[in-house]
Amino acid sequence: MAPPSDDLKLLGSWASSYTHRVQLALKLKGLAFEYAEEDLADKSPSLLLHNPVYKKVPVLLHRGRPVLESVIILHYLDETWPDVPLVPADPYDRALARFWCHFVDDKLGPAVGAVFASPSEGQAAAVEQVHENLRLVERELREGAFAGRRFFGGDKIGVLDIVLGCGSYWLAVFEDVMEVKLVDPEAFPLFHSWLRDFEEQEEVKAIIPAIDRLLEYARGVRQMMLGLSPQQQ
Amino acid sequence: MAEGENKGLVLLDFWVSPFGQRCRIALAEKGVEYEYREENLRDKSPLLLKSNPVHKKIPVLIDHGRPVCESLNIVQYIDEKWPDRAPLLPADSYARAQARFWADLVDKKMYESGTKLWKLKGEAQEEAKKEFIEILKLLEGELGDKKYFGGDTFGLVDIALVPFTAWFYSYEACANLSAEKEAPKLVPWVKRCRERESVSKSLPDPLKVYEFVCFLKKVYGIE
Repeated sequence: MAPPSDDLKLLGSWASSYTHRVQLALKLKGLAFEYAEEDLADKSPSLLLHNPVYKKVPVLLHRGRPVLESVIILHYLDETWPDVPLVPADPYDRALARFWCHFVDDKLGPAVGAVFASPSEGQAAAVEQVHENLRLVERELREGAFAGRRFFGGDKIGVLDIVLGCGSYWLAVFEDVMEVKLVDPEAFPLFHSWLRDFEEQEEVKAIIPAIDRLLEYARGVRQMMLGLSPQQQ
Repeated sequence: MAEGENKGLVLLDFWVSPFGQRCRIALAEKGVEYEYREENLRDKSPLLLKSNPVHKKIPVLIDHGRPVCESLNIVQYIDEKWPDRAPLLPADSYARAQARFWADLVDKKMYESGTKLWKLKGEAQEEAKKEFIEILKLLEGELGDKKYFGGDTFGLVDIALVPFTAWFYSYEACANLSAEKEAPKLVPWVKRCRERESVSKSLPDPLKVYEFVCFLKKVYGIE
């Protein structure tokens, strides 16, 4: 019997895709929660207390007990409130989902981040790295484990959609701010159509911040980065 | 269990890899038979390249032709496929989240930090030592007075960490860092884990690990 979600609190940051993942999962599962926005330049005592190792958002507090790391939080939510399952039931499918979630966090995400952080000389290499990673995802959609599916989770959004999708909006933002092409629909047709479908979901639209806010934020960060000396970049 | 039911299990591995050892320990805990295949990492087999095209790394567990990659992933897969015995993750969802967090921490920190201990020298090595000691103390704090990281039952976090203990001798020899001295509370835990057949049979002789580290140092041109 699933417990009532009467004591759920999320410490997050409005521009953090990791926070969005958790917000989206909570929305999909219809779970009520209290949200507390963290100022990452001035972290709250609560954040530091509950995540002393990494001091990062998101932190989910359930009955006062912290659950850390967005993918771990998603699994926790799924196991505690099994209605509207996000994680597959079959062990092999679960292993695949875990593998690709880790790929997003370990390879694709940092590659996209590197495009944003790179000085102009390093940009071409950073962009190629993103393309290399996107090619791997595209191949899985075309002929691998996820071939023929609308979403990675099947007919409905699952954990991998959430993990990959919440963050993929940065691709469009960085394309604009950095003036590079990251997701050419001709080079990555399946990824492109998946992302479009994902972003059309009502729950997703409700969670992802407006693109103008993201653009403004990204431009601000980039300005700050460029204002630093080459050694500091 | 019908005979031959597990004939379809192949583990692509490399003898000294702590990541591979995690999988061996998990399979042994579950009493599951499998074929072990040693990979030559300087000449990777077509099977490995086909099974893990993304990373081209071991370990890979191939279950009746379907590959599972990444050690903690494999361990959880093994746990879920054979749920009827030796559970490697707790039943309670909060405890599971804790286990996954600490296993992930070991993954993020131990290998990279440990590698720096024998790869670096001088000032950089001193920095690496400080970092490594911090990680050990963190783990020591989490273990506390418990029998295993998960409590009374040997599980995911123990499996994630214990293979690195075979490298403690090398860390001492190369960096003059004694893990036993820096994190004494881990010592009884190491002993307890090694008393398990799954662990003692899966971990290499620390001296052989040291020989391997010395070989790598030659290859990398490190004194």
